[in-house]
Amino acid sequence: MRFLRSAWYWFDDRTGIAGALGPIAQHAVPRNSASWFYVFGSATLFAFLLQVATGVTLAFMYVPSAGEAYQSLEFITNQTTFGRIVRGMHNWGASAMILLVGIHMIRVYMTAAYKFPREMHWITGVVLLALTVVMGFTGQVVRWDQTAVWSTIVASEQAGRIPFIGAWVADFIIGGETVGGTTLSRMFAYHVFIIPALLFIFIGFHLYLVIKNGISEFPKAGEPVDPATYREKYESMVKRDGVAFWPDAAWRDMVFGFIVITTILLIAIIIGPPNLGPPPNPSNIDALPVPDWYFIFYFAFLALMPPSMETYLMVFGPLVVGLLLFMLPFISNRGERSPLRRPWAVAIVALTIASISGLWAIGISSPWSPHFHAKPLTVEIIGADSGAIYRGGMNFNEKGCLYCHTIDGHGGERGPNLSYIGDRLSTNELTWRIMNGGLNMPGFGGTLSNQELNDLVIFLKTRKKGNENTGR
Amino acid sequence: MNEKTKTSDECSRRQFFTHLSITLGSIAAVMIGIPIIGSILAPIVKKPKPDWRPVGAVKNFTIGDTVKVTFVDASPLPWSGVTAETAAWLRRTQEEEFMAFSVNCAHLGCPVRWVAGAKLFMCPCHGGVYYSDGSVAAGPPPRGLYKYPVRVKNGQVEIKTSPIPITTV
Ligand code: FES
Repeated sequence: MRFLRSAWYWFDDRTGIAGALGPIAQHAVPRNSASWFYVFGSATLFAFLLQVATGVTLAFMYVPSAGEAYQSLEFITNQTTFGRIVRGMHNWGASAMILLVGIHMIRVYMTAAYKFPREMHWITGVVLLALTVVMGFTGQVVRWDQTAVWSTIVASEQAGRIPFIGAWVADFIIGGETVGGTTLSRMFAYHVFIIPALLFIFIGFHLYLVIKNGISEFPKAGEPVDPATYREKYESMVKRDGVAFWPDAAWRDMVFGFIVITTILLIAIIIGPPNLGPPPNPSNIDALPVPDWYFIFYFAFLALMPPSMETYLMVFGPLVVGLLLFMLPFISNRGERSPLRRPWAVAIVALTIASISGLWAIGISSPWSPHFHAKPLTVEIIGADSGAIYRGGMNFNEKGCLYCHTIDGHGGERGPNLSYIGDRLSTNELTWRIMNGGLNMPGFGGTLSNQELNDLVIFLKTRKKGNENTGR
Repeated sequence: MNEKTKTSDECSRRQFFTHLSITLGSIAAVMIGIPIIGSILAPIVKKPKPDWRPVGAVKNFTIGDTVKVTFVDASPLPWSGVTAETAAWLRRTQEEEFMAFSVNCAHLGCPVRWVAGAKLFMCPCHGGVYYSDGSVAAGPPPRGLYKYPVRVKNGQVEIKTSPIPITTV
């Protein structure tokens, strides 16, 4: 014990660490900011540190080679001691980070902490948000399975829509003209060197600013920010009525951070890492690349867009959102901070959350995709086991109608439900539609024989409400 | 240094050293930067030479059928493994004539499937559909499926390797 104490004295004497960090740790913060609303930034930081620790650990076992990464992931997951848990923590930690970044951002926006003199806090925060999102994407790619390969292609196709330089950016992402040996190495370099380096720099800057300008006080309605007097008021308020950051405010950060870390660990143990898909073979076309959950709303947004606007939205949508976020503190950096006096801010947050969750819910079921695995119509549903109706029902199964149209619970959701189509369209109308198609339906005029077409129409005509006698 | 004791001579000396240091620093940065940026950007500029790849004997294909063929891309690096593989949809249209389509949807690059019963290519991602000649039948794709050059040589069908078709504006 005495040895430890004298060792510490020696170390502190030679480095001056206590003198340098002590005042920072114990700097005074506004009493009302020592609250549970203020724990999300630090929790994000803890989640980030967990990502660093687990990421470095994974790098001990991961092989960033296009041909072998998949096997090394299988090895990590199934054969190494604790490898499954570490991979699980890295995956769920990423989810936690995205979630916490979102909550932290909402808190900062709602309490208008981005106003004078904390504009740069917000701007560095926006950069950190962008970096976190890129980490999420590259992270899905270095999970080098079939989805990773096809996600890379889809991402490059999106980049390809950038005017003028699109094709170059696409080649830059893939690392050439085809997915292959160069692709993963590049993604690995982004994911473990370049973006983490930027993250460290910007997190350092972000934290430095928090110390430099002080943590924002919880806003009171009727106390607007005036750049001319704010600093003075803040200083004197903190001097008069502040509490020491360590430990009076920090204990809540520690408690919440502990809960976050424990939750991630528990989920990693119980659920484990996401299952690896089939190996990353670009010639395996049995793929439906779906992004990780935090991108699903964007994925749904693009899928729901009319194709004519899509190119612009794909490129300028994120750009405009990014720019707006960036400019927020310049749009208003003074005035009321309390959400009670800023109904528009509350409305914007509510609207954003509502539309993201709405898009997210739609994205999960992705009704715009044909369902290639839809269960074929059975004889009971068709209502006949021979003759024209039966043949028509079988055509419905075989000609791909089923992938997009539902009849009595079987089939896809891309086209209208045809369970009662016989009530809505006449024989002529049905024939015409099948022959010519429409915006989202191919014309089958060239592929169906007359008999096939007639059978199909006869079958569809039997799809009527209250048609129990067909045996349905 | 005290303002009053500073002579004009000293001032230019300091100026000189400032300029010297900044110039040397910049030159060094550019010298290092060229190979670094150059090697990172190389894949954009350096295009692999397209190559003809045999995908099977002519007699193995039935006239009228559309089948998936697999072949190795134009730049298979030794460590590419399965990722060097690519695929195309190949149809024997006549005795000696073939047609080859990219598997990448012209919308956002998802792998399209040939649905033989319907004689359509269908994309699983956003419902893009193409007729058997590769033209757009329905859905969001802004253009038809990309076609690969294909030829018959010594009784073998050969497909020319091509980049992943990127739809640009
Ligand atoms: S990628 Fe094929 S429809 Fe979107």
